[in-house]
Amino acid sequence: MRNAFSKTLTRLAKQNKNLILLTGDLGYTVFEDFLKTHPHRFINMGVAEANMMGVACGLSMQGFIPVVYSIATFATMRGFEQIRTDICVHNANVKIVGTGGGLSYGHAGSTHHALEDIAIMRCLPNMTIICPSDPVQAEMVTEQMIIHKGPVYLRLGKRGEPVIYKKTSKFKIGKGIVLRNGKKAAIIATGNLVHNALLSSTKLEGYGINLTVIDMPTVKPLDKKLVLQLVQRHEFIFTLEEHSIIGGLGSAVAEVIAENPIKKILYFHRFGIPDIFIAKAGSQEFLRKKYNLTPEKISRNIIKLINV
Amino acid sequence: MKTDEKYIKLAKEVRRKIVKISHTANVGHVGSAFSIVEILVALYFGIMKIDKKTIKDEKRDRFVLSKGHAAPALYAVLHEKGLLTEKNLADYCCDNSIFEEHPKHHVEAIEVSTGSLGHGLSIGAGLAMGGKLKKHKSNIFVLMSDAECDEGEVWEAALFAGHHKLNNLFLYLDYNKVQALGTTEDVLNLEPLAQKWQAFGWNTVEVDGHDTDAIILAWMNNNANICPTIFICHTIRGKGVSFMEHVIDWHYKNPDEEDLEKALKEVK
Repeated sequence: MRNAFSKTLTRLAKQNKNLILLTGDLGYTVFEDFLKTHPHRFINMGVAEANMMGVACGLSMQGFIPVVYSIATFATMRGFEQIRTDICVHNANVKIVGTGGGLSYGHAGSTHHALEDIAIMRCLPNMTIICPSDPVQAEMVTEQMIIHKGPVYLRLGKRGEPVIYKKTSKFKIGKGIVLRNGKKAAIIATGNLVHNALLSSTKLEGYGINLTVIDMPTVKPLDKKLVLQLVQRHEFIFTLEEHSIIGGLGSAVAEVIAENPIKKILYFHRFGIPDIFIAKAGSQEFLRKKYNLTPEKISRNIIKLINV
Repeated sequence: MKTDEKYIKLAKEVRRKIVKISHTANVGHVGSAFSIVEILVALYFGIMKIDKKTIKDEKRDRFVLSKGHAAPALYAVLHEKGLLTEKNLADYCCDNSIFEEHPKHHVEAIEVSTGSLGHGLSIGAGLAMGGKLKKHKSNIFVLMSDAECDEGEVWEAALFAGHHKLNNLFLYLDYNKVQALGTTEDVLNLEPLAQKWQAFGWNTVEVDGHDTDAIILAWMNNNANICPTIFICHTIRGKGVSFMEHVIDWHYKNPDEEDLEKALKEVK
């Protein structure tokens, strides 16, 4: 996903002379091509994220489209007030790219686990949040975010995400994508766990459960229309994200459901990381298993919840 | 050198406006505003190329008031410059007004919304780098308070601007040596301040921050360097009104009827 992003960005920079890349001294083996083709539009800002956000704001005021890159935790947290007060208050045309969203840096520990980034970006006015689910979508998202005017937070996985989409697929900011049409139960997933939602639905078929699967790459602005349509047609709504259950996709969907008068009984559950810091190290795969985010665990829990 | 009469008159008029709008709005920060009057007069009337005609020109000089709490001084100078109307000044801190205690970019003549300390220099550095990349001949000016040097971001920006030799970036440091709760010496000593900026790769100039002519002359002697320049402007908080000078209370106090009358009498 990260490589699809950097390749697309390098291509777009050829067409758009205002595109400029800022990195917080990160991106080893990611930006070599960009640096080679656009050396004057690649700035290594050093390990100074707060300044990086302010400089990006200033560059945007001179007509540039700064793309600011760091690991998701540092990109969103080190310069949070600068993102708010410099970038969002001015509705500056700055794109913040956080790599390693969720548990991509599993073994690196809590400093590198991006589990609250969506929550804190979501409360900022003017901010758009996009979490692509595979390398093909990452390419389309990168193209769209450069066209989009205003701040964007792009949350990337790190590498090796399986391909879900065909090259001919479409992506539009603010629109969810129906991947499978089922009955009774629907799962809305975002980012690097969409693939597990699909695998879960395949497993559930064997148990006679037809799961609707939605890819919701844009967490903000949320596709409220689609959520409400799902609510009309299903009895069980699940959300799935590699993020804290507080403040992310699950919360966003819950807000939409709670604020709309629905004259039916609905069961709602969020799959995500509980409200904790993960104390013991583990690979992304290990941690997904531990926190019930693998297709096996998800499908088992869905069966349990449906049969209660 | 004798300060030009024109500038002395302007500075007086600006101070009168500051104390008047602060009294009407019942808002503080008069001391901080008085501290930067001569710097702003020098910038807007003797240094920067900013006027009604160029206000939307993409190659214009740009100004960032990093110490946003001194906004009334900026409003008063913009009014003198013909970039704000009488009505705009009267709107200061009124409900539903865009003239807040801190500057907002919603005002045409104001580039950047500020108010949180330590942000201005990074934004200014971005503007300066962007201007250089676009091959603009224009300059970027940032006015910052001494206490903002407590913020880590300022030193990140200082390092960045020095490294990239942003010689179109000019920083005016309002060194009145007082911050919210005490002197800078007591709270977090900044000295040796000039050496710090020098060590970060900046051309460092010290100047009397209440001598408009000296500020303009310093600019003329220092606008063609290969690195960014900081003008450390030695100032007095509350400058111009005897009972406000050096008094910490005037960071917070709103001038009442009696204060207003006394202040206006002094600034004639």
